[in-house]
Amino acid sequence: MNNLLKNSIWVLITALGAAAVGGIAINRGESINTLWFITAALCIYAIAYRFYAAWIVATVLVVDETRATPAERLDNGRDFVPTNKWIVFGHHFAAIAGPGPLVGPTLAAQFGYLPGTLWILFGAVLGGCVQDMTTLFLSTRRDAKSLGQMARDELGALGGTAALIGTFAIMIILIAVLGLIVVNAMKHSPWATATVSATIPIAMIVGLYMRSFRPGQVLEASAVGVGLLLLSVVGGGWIDHSPALRTWFDHEGLTLAWCVMAYGFAAAILPVWLLLAPRDYLSTYVKLGTITLLAAAIIMLQPTVKMPALTQFIDGTGPIFGGKLFPFVFITIACGAISGFHSLIASGTTPKLLSNERDIRMIGYGGMLLESFVAIMAMMAATVLDPGVFFAINSPAGVVGKEAIDAVAKISSWGFPVTVDQMQLLANQMGEATLFARTGGAPSLAVGMASIFGSAFGESMLALWYHFAIMFEAIFILTTLDAGTRVGRFMLQDMLGNIWPKMAETSWMPSVVLTSAAVVAGWGYFLYIGVIDPNGGVNILWPLFGIANQMLAAIALCVATGILVKSDKFKYAWVTGLPLAWLVTITSAAVWEKITSDNIRIGFFAAANDLADKLAAGALPPEKAAIAPQLIFNQHLDGWLTLFFVTLLWLIVFDMLRVCSRYLAGKPVLPLSEAPHMPSRLVEEWVRD
Amino acid sequence: MFSKLKAFWRIVRRLSGDDAYERYLQHYAEHHQDDTPLSKEAFFKQWQEQKWNGIKRCC
Repeated sequence: MNNLLKNSIWVLITALGAAAVGGIAINRGESINTLWFITAALCIYAIAYRFYAAWIVATVLVVDETRATPAERLDNGRDFVPTNKWIVFGHHFAAIAGPGPLVGPTLAAQFGYLPGTLWILFGAVLGGCVQDMTTLFLSTRRDAKSLGQMARDELGALGGTAALIGTFAIMIILIAVLGLIVVNAMKHSPWATATVSATIPIAMIVGLYMRSFRPGQVLEASAVGVGLLLLSVVGGGWIDHSPALRTWFDHEGLTLAWCVMAYGFAAAILPVWLLLAPRDYLSTYVKLGTITLLAAAIIMLQPTVKMPALTQFIDGTGPIFGGKLFPFVFITIACGAISGFHSLIASGTTPKLLSNERDIRMIGYGGMLLESFVAIMAMMAATVLDPGVFFAINSPAGVVGKEAIDAVAKISSWGFPVTVDQMQLLANQMGEATLFARTGGAPSLAVGMASIFGSAFGESMLALWYHFAIMFEAIFILTTLDAGTRVGRFMLQDMLGNIWPKMAETSWMPSVVLTSAAVVAGWGYFLYIGVIDPNGGVNILWPLFGIANQMLAAIALCVATGILVKSDKFKYAWVTGLPLAWLVTITSAAVWEKITSDNIRIGFFAAANDLADKLAAGALPPEKAAIAPQLIFNQHLDGWLTLFFVTLLWLIVFDMLRVCSRYLAGKPVLPLSEAPHMPSRLVEEWVRD
Repeated sequence: MFSKLKAFWRIVRRLSGDDAYERYLQHYAEHHQDDTPLSKEAFFKQWQEQKWNGIKRCC
C-alpha cells in the first residue's frame, strides 16, 4: 500500500511535469504564465533526481557509504574536514553559482523563451548535473585531486596539459566578458558607478573589521557590510541627484574599462583578507538573498511571459548576437545547462569536505539542479519584459542605430513595437538617463528584476530596485573577476616556475607583480576591444566564452568516460559519453560557423576581411577608420583562438578514445589511480555540523 | 520552534565560518593534546589565507 502511494506520487509528478512542458511547448497564444515554467522545471528536476541520478549513483558509479572519504582519511582540521551534507551543499552551491546563469539565458532570450528553457532543463539533467556529480565522485575516490591531475593520471600528459591550458584560457575570456558586462552597466550611469565603486571600500572595511577590530567575527562583520551595501544603493541615488557630484561618476566605457583593469590588478596583489575574502562574503550573502527574493517574487506575482515562444531570429539575424538557433543557443547558455567550470570546484575543493559518498548525489547533482533553476528564473526575468523593450535595451547601436528614433523604428519593424516615450519613461522610472543599447544582459535583467520586485514589494522604489539589481550583479561579477585574476596569476606563476623556479614563489614580489600584470593584460586586451567595438563586444566575447566553457566540460566528460571504460563499465559509458558527443558536436559546429561563415556578424575572418576592404576603399568614417586596424587584428586573433580551442578539444577526445580502445583491446594503459578502500569509521553524530 | 531557530543559527555560523575557531579548538583537543593551539587572531589569518587559495569561485 505504502509502495503504491509512493509510486502514484511519482506518476502524478510525471504527469504534471509532462503537462507543464507540453503546455509551454504547445501554447502559441498571447500569454503564458511563468508558473508553468516553474512547475515544469521542478517536476523535471524531481524526476531526474529521484530516478536518473539515483540510478547513476547506484549502478554506474556504485557509491559505497562504508568507504572512508578523503575528508575522513586525511582530516587535518583545516582543508580536509568531514562536514555535514547541508553545509557542503551550501559551500558547493555558493562556489558554482556565479553571474553566468543570469547572463546566458538573458542573451539567448532573443530566440524566444522556448529553445533556451528546454536546453536549460534537459541540458542540466542529462549533461551538467551528470558532469558535476561524476567529477565529484571521481575526485572523491582520488584523494580530492584536481581535474587536471586526474586527466594526467588517467589519460596521460596530453590530457593534463589540455586541462591546464583550457582552464587558463577560459579564465581569461571569462574575466574579459564579465568585465565588459559591468562596464556596460556602469557606462554613463553615475548611480550605478557610484554604487559599484562603493562596494570596494565597503569590502575593505569589512576586511579590516574581521582582521583587526574583531578578529574572526565573520557574521558581525558581514552584517555591517550588508548594511553598508544597501546604504550604498541609496547613496548612489543621492549622488545621481546632485549635479556637482554626479559628473565625478559619469564616464565613458573606455575610462571605466581602465578602472576595472586597475582594480583587477590591485585585487590580485593585495592580501586576500583586505579585499577578496570580505568581498566574497558580501557577494555570497547578496547572491543567496536576492535569488531567494526573486524566486519568492515570481511565485507570488506569477507574471505573464510576453516574449513569443520562438522569434524570427532563429534564422541567425538576431541583434544581440549573430548565429542560428543551432548551435548558438547551446553555446550562449553554458552555465545553467552545462558548465565546464564546475568540474574545477567539484574536483579538488568540495571533495575535501564530503563526509560520506552517499551525499554525492545531493551535492553534485542537486547543486547543479539549483543552478539550473537560477537560469530558469533569469529566463523568466528577461521574457516578462515587453519584447520591444527587451530588444531596445540589448541591441547594440551598431545594429539598430545610434539615435533613439532609428532604434525604435528598426525594432518595431521586426514586429516588436516600442516607442521612444515608452523607453524614456522606463529610463526615468529606473533612474537612468537612457536604456537604449545597454548591452551585456545586466541592465535588462535588472529592469526585469526591478519590475518583478516593484510589482511584488512596492512600485514606488523602482529606481532603487534597479540599482540594487545592478549592484547585485556587479558585486559577484567583480568577485569572480578578482578571484579569477588571482587564480590566473597562481597558474601562470606555476607554469613559469617550470622554466625558472624562482617565478613560482608566491611571495616573491617581482614575480607577483609581473604575473598579475600579464594576466590583467590578457583579459584587459579583450575587454578593451570589446568596449571600442561599435557592435558591442558581447557579440564576439560571449560565444568565445561559451565555446571555452563547453570545451572544459568536454575535457571533464572525457576524463569521466575514460575512467568508466577503464573500470570495466563500458556498457554505461554512454552516461557521460552522450553528453560529451553532444558537446563536441555543438562546439565544433559553432567553431565551424565562426570560422567559415560569410556573414560578418558570425564569421571572424569574414568580419576582418569586410572591415579591411572598407578601410582600403576609404568607406569608413574617420573615427571608425582609426580603430579598424585593431578590430581587424582582433577578429583574426579570435578566429585563431577558437580554432585552437577546437583543436585542443579534438586532441583530448582522440586521446581518450585511444586510451579506451587500447584498454578494450587488452593492451596496457595507465592504471586506475583510485585510492584503496578503507572502511569509514565515522558515525553520523561525529560529523561536525 | 526555538530549537529549530537554534539549529538554523548553527548552520549559518558554520557556513559563514563564524565558528571556525571553535571547531579548530575542538579538533585540537581531540587530536593534538600536547601542543598549544594558535591564538584566535593567528588562526584566523591562516584560515583566511588558505581558504581563498585556489579556484573557489565559478562563472
